[in-house]
Amino acid sequence: MKFTEYLKYLLIGTGFGFVLVKSEVVSWFRIQEMFRFDSIHMYGIIGLAVIVGIISVQIIKRKNMKDAQGNPISIPPKDASQVTRYVVGGSIFGLGWALLGACPGPMFALLGSGLTIMVIPILAALAGTYTYGLLRDKLPH
Amino acid sequence: MLDFLYQPWPWYVAGPIIGLTVPILLLLGGKMFGVSANLRHACAACNFGNVEFFNYDWKTAGKWNFMFLIGTVLGGFLGGYVFANPEPIALAASTITDLQALGIQDFNGLVPDDLFAWDMLGTGVGLTVLVLGGFLVGFGARYAGGCTSGHAISGLSDLQLASLIAVIGFFIGGLIMTFFIYPIILS
Repeated sequence: MKFTEYLKYLLIGTGFGFVLVKSEVVSWFRIQEMFRFDSIHMYGIIGLAVIVGIISVQIIKRKNMKDAQGNPISIPPKDASQVTRYVVGGSIFGLGWALLGACPGPMFALLGSGLTIMVIPILAALAGTYTYGLLRDKLPH
Repeated sequence: MLDFLYQPWPWYVAGPIIGLTVPILLLLGGKMFGVSANLRHACAACNFGNVEFFNYDWKTAGKWNFMFLIGTVLGGFLGGYVFANPEPIALAASTITDLQALGIQDFNGLVPDDLFAWDMLGTGVGLTVLVLGGFLVGFGARYAGGCTSGHAISGLSDLQLASLIAVIGFFIGGLIMTFFIYPIILS
């Protein structure tokens, strides 16, 4: 991949991080509010993001659109028969999401906003990822 | 115009923009939007102990995503530092009352100083929130095969049943933490 290609991803990521902060998705407070069902804010954001996502993915699929390099776009399906993995793994993620008040994207956006303490949860998340890799064969999926 | 950059953005503006990340990444290079994959790629780049799960060509799989992630940090700097909203977040009154009852006092920034400060690392509460919280996010995301972006946004956009189950899982864990465990941690 060329340098200019990488620059495009950097730019999209920048836009993403900017919106995450501007919409306060990165806020621990907003996550506490969401899990208390006290405001439409987070549900509106995720809901509208999904609606826009569904419509655009459908258009891409039905029109058999190709990416910028001319390659066909294929989205690998996820194996929904691994229910344990999604319920248990998802619940563990949810425990962490509510506790830390941030999921992976917001962790990094908060770091950029000047909150240096976010280095600690990021390192902890790396340790969590590594631990999963170590234990993967022993865990039910 | 500049005012708009300093102000918080309403959900009906932010939601569609976040949703557009999915088709933009697909059209640009057939990439699936998912932030937590970066954590796996980072483990693969180091791979101490040659763990099989991290044995793959992370450069091909993850370079674009690392660039995206660096961008996310940069966007956080622009949105949360350069164009930071000077006002406290307009939270629901009931959430504020609830959190005050749990002992949260600082409502000025994006996160409470009561928890997110370097000197909190010396306390049980700080360690639980910052270290255990981060660990569970990293472990759970990989166990579930994705995080909020990979499942709740990308997966649901592609109408994947697996992602719907994962999102239900996110809420099972989140609600248990919010209503049963957090009150104990903060007491």
